[in-house]
Amino acid sequence: MPAIGAPTRITQGSRTRGGIGESTLRPDGTLKVTGEFAYSSDMWHEDMLWGHILRSTVAHAEIVSLDTSEALAQPGVYAVLTYDDLPTEVRNYGLEIQDTPVLANGKVRHHGEPVALVAADHPETARRAAARIRVEYRELPVITDESSATAPDAVLVHENRDDHHFAHVPHPNILHRQPIVRGDADAAAARADVIVRGEYTFGMQDQAFLGPESGLAVPEEDGGVHLYIATQWLHSDLRQIAPVLGLPEDKVRMTLAGVGGAFGGREDLSMQIHACLLALRTGKPVKIVYNRFESFFGHVHRHPARLSYEHGATRDGRLTHVRCRIVLDGGAYASASPAVVGNASSLSVGPYVVEDVDIEALALYSNNPPCGAMRGFGAVQACFAYEAQMDKVAAQLGMDPVEFRRINAMEQGTLLPTGQAVDSPAPVAELLRRVKAMPLPPERQWESSEGADVRQLPGGLSNTTHGEGVVRGIGYAVGIKNVGFSEGFDDYSTAKVRLEVVGGRPVAIVHTAMAEVGQGGVTVHAQIARTELGVTQVTIHPADTQVGSAGSTSASRQTYVTGGAVKNACELVREKVLEIGRRKFGTHHPAWATAELLLEGGKVVTDGGEVLGTLADVLEDEGVEIEAEWRHRPTQPFDLRTGQGNGHVQYSFAAHRAVVEVDTELGLVKVVELACAQDVGKALNPLSVVGQIQGGTTQGLGIAVMEEIIVDPKTAKVRNPSFTDYLIPTILDTPTIPVDVLELADDHAPYGLRGIGEAPTLSSTPAVLAAIRNATGLELNRTPVRPEHLTGTA
Amino acid sequence: MDFLRPASWEEALAAKAEHPTAVPIAGGTDVMVEINFDHRRPGHLLDLTRIGDLYDWERGERSVRLGASVPYTRIMSELRADLPGLALAAHTVASPQIRNRGGVGGNLGTASPAGDAHPALLAAGAEVEVASAARGTRMIPIDAFYTGVKRNALEPDELIRAVHVRRADGPQQFSKVGTRNAMVIAVCAFGLALHPETRTVRTGIGSAAPTPVRAAAAEEFLAAALEEGGHWESGKTVPPSVARQFAQLCSGACNPIDDVRGTASYRRHAVGVMARRTLMWTWESYRGARRTTEGAA
Repeated sequence: MPAIGAPTRITQGSRTRGGIGESTLRPDGTLKVTGEFAYSSDMWHEDMLWGHILRSTVAHAEIVSLDTSEALAQPGVYAVLTYDDLPTEVRNYGLEIQDTPVLANGKVRHHGEPVALVAADHPETARRAAARIRVEYRELPVITDESSATAPDAVLVHENRDDHHFAHVPHPNILHRQPIVRGDADAAAARADVIVRGEYTFGMQDQAFLGPESGLAVPEEDGGVHLYIATQWLHSDLRQIAPVLGLPEDKVRMTLAGVGGAFGGREDLSMQIHACLLALRTGKPVKIVYNRFESFFGHVHRHPARLSYEHGATRDGRLTHVRCRIVLDGGAYASASPAVVGNASSLSVGPYVVEDVDIEALALYSNNPPCGAMRGFGAVQACFAYEAQMDKVAAQLGMDPVEFRRINAMEQGTLLPTGQAVDSPAPVAELLRRVKAMPLPPERQWESSEGADVRQLPGGLSNTTHGEGVVRGIGYAVGIKNVGFSEGFDDYSTAKVRLEVVGGRPVAIVHTAMAEVGQGGVTVHAQIARTELGVTQVTIHPADTQVGSAGSTSASRQTYVTGGAVKNACELVREKVLEIGRRKFGTHHPAWATAELLLEGGKVVTDGGEVLGTLADVLEDEGVEIEAEWRHRPTQPFDLRTGQGNGHVQYSFAAHRAVVEVDTELGLVKVVELACAQDVGKALNPLSVVGQIQGGTTQGLGIAVMEEIIVDPKTAKVRNPSFTDYLIPTILDTPTIPVDVLELADDHAPYGLRGIGEAPTLSSTPAVLAAIRNATGLELNRTPVRPEHLTGTA
Repeated sequence: MDFLRPASWEEALAAKAEHPTAVPIAGGTDVMVEINFDHRRPGHLLDLTRIGDLYDWERGERSVRLGASVPYTRIMSELRADLPGLALAAHTVASPQIRNRGGVGGNLGTASPAGDAHPALLAAGAEVEVASAARGTRMIPIDAFYTGVKRNALEPDELIRAVHVRRADGPQQFSKVGTRNAMVIAVCAFGLALHPETRTVRTGIGSAAPTPVRAAAAEEFLAAALEEGGHWESGKTVPPSVARQFAQLCSGACNPIDDVRGTASYRRHAVGVMARRTLMWTWESYRGARRTTEGAA
């Protein structure tokens, strides 16, 4: 077998404790598990007011009248704001397209859209005042799916579109469309011995982060405002907030507050502008905290999707072609939908060699809840469908599904449908081989000496079976996710690193605007600084906008890009330190000029290990500080007609094997084990890597068997905005997750690392579905699977 | 909102008489959710946590008098032998934190068709002890307690003090379907109790009709079939045809709706499956108990 890659080699700092490759512990870990960590919702300020948002009770309507007088008259109410009170002409915001009104402008386009704001001295007062705002709606027909969106007489969700996608979409209710055509699918189909078609439906998943949207806006003496906020990207928020407030960006200061999870749901603004507007209007600090109900309306969700696929293969198991069409429901506002379309289309065939493709992905505008970023970002929906197809084709050919995947697995050098070559290790077949080789959990694993352990059975504690009706199933899946922002986006980060000697000991300070949302950047940045500067003591400065942008904590990119920026800044600091050393001590020892010099243990040493001096000697009482931007290799947009282009920078691969026990009579599922193998390039923090893989795997399990926001197709209203009826996995639903980590370096990336957070979310879902199909023999073309789908009682 | 804190049962009844719309609160696991979701904003909350009597249970000859606020955790640990069906149901209530606070009184007060205790109480047989300042104490049979969706037989000035649950004279089972393996509201639930002393069986169905209900026709059919076949004496296996018919009659007792948690058709189906399985489990344990007794004799 040819080599499929090699691990990274590290020289600088390899002897420093707590450097990269070690499982150093999170600084906030103990605080979080003991309840001591201060989340954004815990903030308090002397004299602060509470903001509250009045939201629409209908999905699509004109606002006939809006009367705030009674609310304003309530004692304790300081301000009530509507669209007409906005201070400047900039009254919309948005990640890519500024189509989202800060407050409804005469019309609401989805259930729960913000209509008015109240600030009061008590949250209950604010809530009651909001209830006294009189809004009269004239309801409009709702657009809820592709056929209602593109019907001849369809109401337009957005009239007068002028965004840059408008020119190339077939209908104004289609936000963005990306075709990809490569080779000749018709000719290839003619060569196929089997052709398999399938229609698939993917439900609307919520990020369900545990810390609801919250923040504190404090007016400042210079007329500006300081916003303490839980977000994924401070500078993106800033760029959207400042123009609406009518303030220059330097008068809107932002500091990251404690983030209780994100998963994409904090890429868009929620209450940021609202809190700032109320603070500036009242001259008082204003805090806003959503409750769980409001949180379901306060952030975008994962796009629900309908996917049509056609796969062809020859008798010997080689794919001939793929045709597919992916329709994503973007809901009422654009959010990240165009980029989600780019991912869904470019990764729509999965990690396989397919030369002839005909692909189309599009996102609708509708009156459903807005959808945008969530872990996996378009690649998740596609993976669910193409992996179902791979199993179907294998079954048609009478082949083992893993063997069929192995035959078609992508390798380094394989071209994507976009024509871009995968230019780093792509160990797809190896990952599948590894999950398949893991030992299986024993049959009838629920049996114990004391009878059936219901916790190990479908239904769990609900005591629905003691083994009756239970059938085991096993399924496999593998996926491909791009890492970083694609399609020509200038995806950079900034790091400021200072090295100084305090009390005789060298100390590094790392300052970035990176949002720590649980992914572990604060741990990894300190590890990088230790490795690159050979010091043990590293301080991570709080994230704020006093340093340049770090880009978003999303797209599995932060360890790559901000980690890369920290590494780069450390290297520049190191060069500077060595330069100072040479200047001061170059004449004392020839090695200063001739040897490869490293920083280790607070000293300057040669690569042979000879000590030339201490950092204290070199720096004395002068610190070295450098702030620098760092960017990964540039990417290109996809051609609007053919989809060709080098759109991606890196890929992440994971494979899963799911073992399930299905109660075939009651339609209940117990996932017993979800084994995962993933290539991570280089595990900077192995413990965090395994945590990310297990977390992503579990989030994928959620959308396989329980998680779904249910929207009424007649009214476009959300039916289950609570944790009572939006179910996420408990520990009893979470299986054993053995993880096999590969480390094959991507030579283009810092330390050869790969972004890792999303890939496990892709393949987990189709692996569970495949296992349930294996147990039941049912086709199951939608996710999540509900008991009625397994019992013919839908 | 006023928060009334009576120090004794008499004070509580007086407060309820004075404020008939006051909402009693003990564990708060239901009431606080309603308030937080803004589903209701009562003018008065009547806090019952200072009334120690509500947290006690005592074993009588025929039944257990279970104080309205005895938490589910204690039902599981202290009453498993006397009230096995209710203990199993308690096990499925929410999370350990909720089970530490919530009690059967709250379930009865809310009278949601999805309350986990109801099927077990219906199957075991129970009476609800309620009281008012004006008329004193009365006992409401559990079969007459549930009067509509989230409605019960209480008068506005009455409070629930305890529930008298018949001590098990035979095996009992409880089974509940949810779409998660723990901490889930019932899509539907089923309780079954064998009563060898009277040679009867009782059932309880949750979340499959506007109120918790018994499957009366199924109970009668099964009791008759067991009697005719001499099963109570012989302990011989229940024929599959009897189990099937019993399951079908239990499904037939449902009057469910389609909602966000499941379809009506699924609920009917699942109640039948649970009825059949719980019959097998209880009957097996009845047979086992007989064998053990005979062996000892």
